[in-house]
Amino acid sequence: MNAKTLLKKYTMVIALVVVFILFAILTGGRLLYPQNMSNLLLQNAYVLVMACGMLLCILTGGNIDLSVGSTVCLVGAVAAQLLAAGLPAIPVILLGLVIACIIGVWQGFWIGNIHIPPFICTLSGMFLFRGLGRAILGSKTVSINNQTFLNIFASYINIPGVDSGDVKWSAFAVGVIVAVGLLVFTAMNRAKKAAKGYKQASAVSEFAKIVVIDALVLAYTWKLAHYKGIPVMALWVLAVVFIYAFITSKTAFGRYFYAVGGNEKATKLSGIDTEKVYFMAYLSMSILAGLSGLLMAARIGSVNGDTGTSFEMDAIGSCFIGGASAYGGSGTVGGIMVGAILLGVINQGMSIIGLDNNWQYVVKGAVLLVAVIFDVVSNHKTGKAG
Amino acid sequence: MADHILVMKNITKEFPGVKALDNVNLEVERGEIHALVGENGAGKSTLMNVLSGTYPYGTYTGDIIYNGEECQFKTLRDSEEKGIVIIHQELALIPELSIGENMFLGNERKGRFGIDWDRTYHEAEEHMKQVGLKDEATTLIKDIGTGKQQLVEIAKALSKNVKLLILDEPTSSLNEEDSRMLLNLLLDFKKQGMTSIIISHKLNEIAYVADKITVLRDGATIETIDNANRDIDEDRIIQGMVGRELSDRYPAREHHISDEIGMEVRNWNVYHPIYTEKKVVNDVSFNVHKGEIVGFSGLQGAGRTELAMSIFGKSYGTNISGTLIIGGKEYDLKNARGAIEAGLAYVTEDRKGNGLVLADTIAINNTMARLEKVCNRGVIDVDQENAVAEDYKEKLRTKTPTVQQSVGNLSGGNQQKVLLSKWMFADPEVLILDEPTRGIDVGAKYEIYCIMNDLVAQGKSVVMISSEMPELLGMCDRIYVMNEGDMVAEMPASEATQEKIMAAILKSDKK
Repeated sequence: MNAKTLLKKYTMVIALVVVFILFAILTGGRLLYPQNMSNLLLQNAYVLVMACGMLLCILTGGNIDLSVGSTVCLVGAVAAQLLAAGLPAIPVILLGLVIACIIGVWQGFWIGNIHIPPFICTLSGMFLFRGLGRAILGSKTVSINNQTFLNIFASYINIPGVDSGDVKWSAFAVGVIVAVGLLVFTAMNRAKKAAKGYKQASAVSEFAKIVVIDALVLAYTWKLAHYKGIPVMALWVLAVVFIYAFITSKTAFGRYFYAVGGNEKATKLSGIDTEKVYFMAYLSMSILAGLSGLLMAARIGSVNGDTGTSFEMDAIGSCFIGGASAYGGSGTVGGIMVGAILLGVINQGMSIIGLDNNWQYVVKGAVLLVAVIFDVVSNHKTGKAG
Repeated sequence: MADHILVMKNITKEFPGVKALDNVNLEVERGEIHALVGENGAGKSTLMNVLSGTYPYGTYTGDIIYNGEECQFKTLRDSEEKGIVIIHQELALIPELSIGENMFLGNERKGRFGIDWDRTYHEAEEHMKQVGLKDEATTLIKDIGTGKQQLVEIAKALSKNVKLLILDEPTSSLNEEDSRMLLNLLLDFKKQGMTSIIISHKLNEIAYVADKITVLRDGATIETIDNANRDIDEDRIIQGMVGRELSDRYPAREHHISDEIGMEVRNWNVYHPIYTEKKVVNDVSFNVHKGEIVGFSGLQGAGRTELAMSIFGKSYGTNISGTLIIGGKEYDLKNARGAIEAGLAYVTEDRKGNGLVLADTIAINNTMARLEKVCNRGVIDVDQENAVAEDYKEKLRTKTPTVQQSVGNLSGGNQQKVLLSKWMFADPEVLILDEPTRGIDVGAKYEIYCIMNDLVAQGKSVVMISSEMPELLGMCDRIYVMNEGDMVAEMPASEATQEKIMAAILKSDKK
């Protein structure tokens, strides 16, 4: 791999590093404070979760789901009202996810089986669910006081004894375990491949990559350890990200989303149920939106009629910045995570500097356009040579 | 000295890593029909794209002398202004617009306020008359057949005041009748003094229509053959194209036909999916034995593809009725998945549109129809998948550096091999091959034929749909003839001739 292809493959990662360093300097190092690093994750948890679901929708052919912000509001509203009515946390969480499922089945059915254009169907959902959410809230802000509910989503891991001091050692311990685990896993994988005689990437590049990732994990958990430790929300996010990364890269089920986006007719003639693929994309999206609704409700501690407004745009934006094709058929979970974090760093950095909210929109819009222009132009150039 | 309308001298064009054209020379005399032939990837289309300005001046080296002056075309428009018009293989017409609108697209007939529609349609019909099109200029493109669409493209070229007409594979999607009409039209234009360059894989057409034939191979000019007396035969052209004599265009084959029937279809009826009262397949019955290659002949629109796709899990049409027996067992297939499980494979005629995911790799395409074979509880074993693809790459001799290559980067013949690999991997008992050699070069065709022979030697049944009669005669054991949805004839290949097949079609037309 020469410098040029390396640059091309990791463009967004490099962009992320540059933007990160830029804001670290502009904020006079405040971006790197443990509290800000912890918030970076918490404030963008919903984006990271929903971007995973949005990726499946986009893979099917650049289709998006506009209704997710409203689903966040509706599920949050139901949860808040039920908790206020005194229902225990676990049934409320399950009920919230069931509602998200129903929304997903509703949209998946119209889009997958009846072939309603996704844009229109989810635009309708955007109004429908927002309206229902507001009706359930009775146009009020409903606050959440159920401690169990808040603990499940918005607390920090705190092991008595280990984490009693100023430094939460459990966080750093997790970081060390993960770092060592990754290293061992990579080595084992290489050994397995070598035993079977399969081709593999050079040891230097593969281990160099792991060392960089390990360094980041250690650095980040070190920061977390100096704030309140590992947030529970991070576990939810990681679980979703790992499941979706696994589905999209390793399973037949995931492969079908790429196939439909690449060539729907050929996919259908290959015996794959394309209607089900669409159905599943929108079902999974709504479930993740529901989960985000619960995460948001717990983090803010209350739900109102504007909760989740324009969240769909953050999720969609992350996917496109992260290299998902606007025509479908390509994009990875890893890529869109970088996209989501890039957006998150920009948000966070500008907030710390104290930049006006209006200007934040301008910057986000510009970043999205630049990212997509870059994607289209660079692909066009290589695509034409054939 | 001969009057040359076009001289291309020492044209060299490089893409990153590939020299597509290497010092190519082409001389075209005024008023002749000049054919350009060569295997896929020989550089024919690239050369024409250089000429038309699609690859602008400066991206290639060499000189283009047109009408005695040196030209430096920067865009397609530059060359069109000089009267050079290129008609591509994939037609550039917009289905939802009318013939007239398409003809003057980008070149609108303007009145004082906006477009002068009366003039547009009047002029359009003038040009349509020249090509023998009798439709109204207000007819939408989607409502006329491919043959007529091709004529619209030519009429469009005429509207641009064309002096040098370039046709890239003009007959690849036409049936024999429409092809012949198109070629005769070119001969008419020649009489009126127009010069044409035609690119084609159909050598019989070239021999029929061309005055001179320039052969390209691997980006270089091999020779220019004079065919003014129409005395050049196909074998002579092939010899230049492949650089060796292809003594036999169809591989020799032992007969493996068993008594056992691989697939039988009885009283099959299919209606059009949109115009549901229109019957596209009418009470068709046929069978194919194990180890047999059965051919389906017929004109475009005879209902062969519709028949095949409707059998393949009702992938086409509505209100399908009839009996389908595969391997002695009766099936009522609901979808493509069911068809694959029943041991059926349908290798589409439209490999780019219906067959392959061009952006995906060879490996991914290869396993698509039966992904579960490389899966362990839904998790793909990528290593095994790659091993499978490597295996098929070796077996079918697909030319590619790695199986991680995107299918879209392969040539037509290699794409066809990947498509065949995909369906062979699905391990079917009966394969329906729809136009398996369309748009691919002679060498690759031969290899596809060999693969077909291997399949029947393994006891599989092959149904081959083809619009090229010589290919059917050369490859099949038995030939069915369809016309307008009816099965009109069945004959052993040993008794069949092109004349007999045509006669069967024409006779049924009169009824």
